[in-house]
Amino acid sequence: MKVLVAVKRVVDYNVKVRPKADGSDVDTANVKMSINPFCEIAVEEAVRLKEKGVVSEIVAVSMGPKQCQEQIRTALALGADRGILVETDAELQPLAVAKCLKAIVEKEEPQLVILGKQSIDGDNNQTGQMLGALTGMGQGTFASEVTVEGEKVKVTREIDGGLQTLELKLPAIVTTDLRLNEPRYASLPNIMKAKKKPLDTTTPDELGVDIAPRTKTLKVEPPAERKAGVKVESVDELVDKLKNEAKVI
Amino acid sequence: MSILVIAEHDNAEIKGATLNTIAAAKAIGDDIHLLVAGANCAAASEAAAKIEGVSKVLVADNAAYEHQLAENVAKLVADLGKDYSHILAPATTTGKNMLPRAAALLDVQPISDIIAVEAADTFKRPIYAGNVIATVQSSDTIKVVTVRATAFDPVAAEGGSAAVESVTIVEDAGVSTFVGEELAASDRPELTSARVIVSGGRGMQSGENFEMLYKLADKLGAAVGASRAAVDAGFVPNDMQVGQTGKIVAPDLYIAVGISGAIQHLAGMKDSKVIVAINKDEEAPIFSVADYGLVDDLFKVIPEFETKL
Repeated sequence: MKVLVAVKRVVDYNVKVRPKADGSDVDTANVKMSINPFCEIAVEEAVRLKEKGVVSEIVAVSMGPKQCQEQIRTALALGADRGILVETDAELQPLAVAKCLKAIVEKEEPQLVILGKQSIDGDNNQTGQMLGALTGMGQGTFASEVTVEGEKVKVTREIDGGLQTLELKLPAIVTTDLRLNEPRYASLPNIMKAKKKPLDTTTPDELGVDIAPRTKTLKVEPPAERKAGVKVESVDELVDKLKNEAKVI
Repeated sequence: MSILVIAEHDNAEIKGATLNTIAAAKAIGDDIHLLVAGANCAAASEAAAKIEGVSKVLVADNAAYEHQLAENVAKLVADLGKDYSHILAPATTTGKNMLPRAAALLDVQPISDIIAVEAADTFKRPIYAGNVIATVQSSDTIKVVTVRATAFDPVAAEGGSAAVESVTIVEDAGVSTFVGEELAASDRPELTSARVIVSGGRGMQSGENFEMLYKLADKLGAAVGASRAAVDAGFVPNDMQVGQTGKIVAPDLYIAVGISGAIQHLAGMKDSKVIVAINKDEEAPIFSVADYGLVDDLFKVIPEFETKL
């Protein structure tokens, strides 16, 4: 069966971003860009399913500027078979991304679509669920375990207070949580091979998708700073402060 | 302008995050309706009708909603939501799972995890793991929003007397089935609603050493949390994780033990009223947000702390 994996280009998780001086946006000039960590887990899961013989082909799709090719190449180096870039320099909000993915799902007809549960820039946690709504597929979000059994996929999900297991009819959508797997590193030979794998480019226009933004960011600012308090010398002093000064115990 | 709030519940009880979400709704408008979608959920519906500020409770009681599968509940919310100006749900795993699906059915770009209401169409929300706060304005006719519970003080669970109306719409998408659930059983309070939290980090060195924190927590009536480092090291299960990708908490007292204070952890607890940090490394970033810091060996301090309470 075929798997579609979505990968997003984001500011690398080691970079501490700051708002621009005018508060219009986040300053992303000259910062390192990477594949979103949750998307990397999605690619790894697809590759593991292929290694188990469950999956025959992995298609990696990304959206955004031309440079997103780099993240698709990363996915190809990890084991995806071919890539699709939906190229645009316009802002893409999750609803627009879900609509573009739906158009690709209709063309490619994958049995499973694996996405990260959220991206570490916008922190929206929406795209997989919205793709589910648009395609009518079932969704296994925040997955920590995925097992394909015949015409169904069993997904264990990380929920508040524990774990929940669902069974979904294929085709279905899975979004990854941190503990689903630990992604491998791409080997040098695989990085070289990835350069020769096919990568097609299309656009939201060609897919017939209206990507006009629905929300506008009016301002970005740093969060309120919390001031450091005092150091206490002993447990007695700590207990005293908590009882008599802060009055919380 | 009516607001539809989706109740978080387990058919028997309304979960606390619902009360914070209603508080956010009150910052937007007055006519607040609360949807309880479940199966055999009469008890939860009765409790819902007593919540302060709710004018109407909509009850969809059907087997299709028993486990609140996103595929079914999202359709119901989209059906009902057409007549509202706003649809709100708590930004819990249940809310985050279901609400974007309902939004897409309504062709709306939802706004996740708001921490403030600036205007009926404008909200503040954290991005980049809480390093940046964005003010976002929606141009959609219906605003679909999830609410970070810790950012809003809860409304009272008692004192209201809302009308209860039953909803007969049954949506069963037929693509998903519930198989099972493993919920951590504990006599301690839940992390997201606890008044006091004791959290351990990599400095705990092992899962066994967390016993010390459980003892301390039981003296304080506290919940026990952990940093991602402690979870990744396998000391404790992941549902104990506090941080941007785990639970967001804001108790009256947060005691961080052997936690260095990575950004992703701070994002999950820095709105706590009083923060105590216990760490032997005095350079640890956790001290920069702590009201009271104690630089010492936790293995000496924690047993002493427990006996002196």
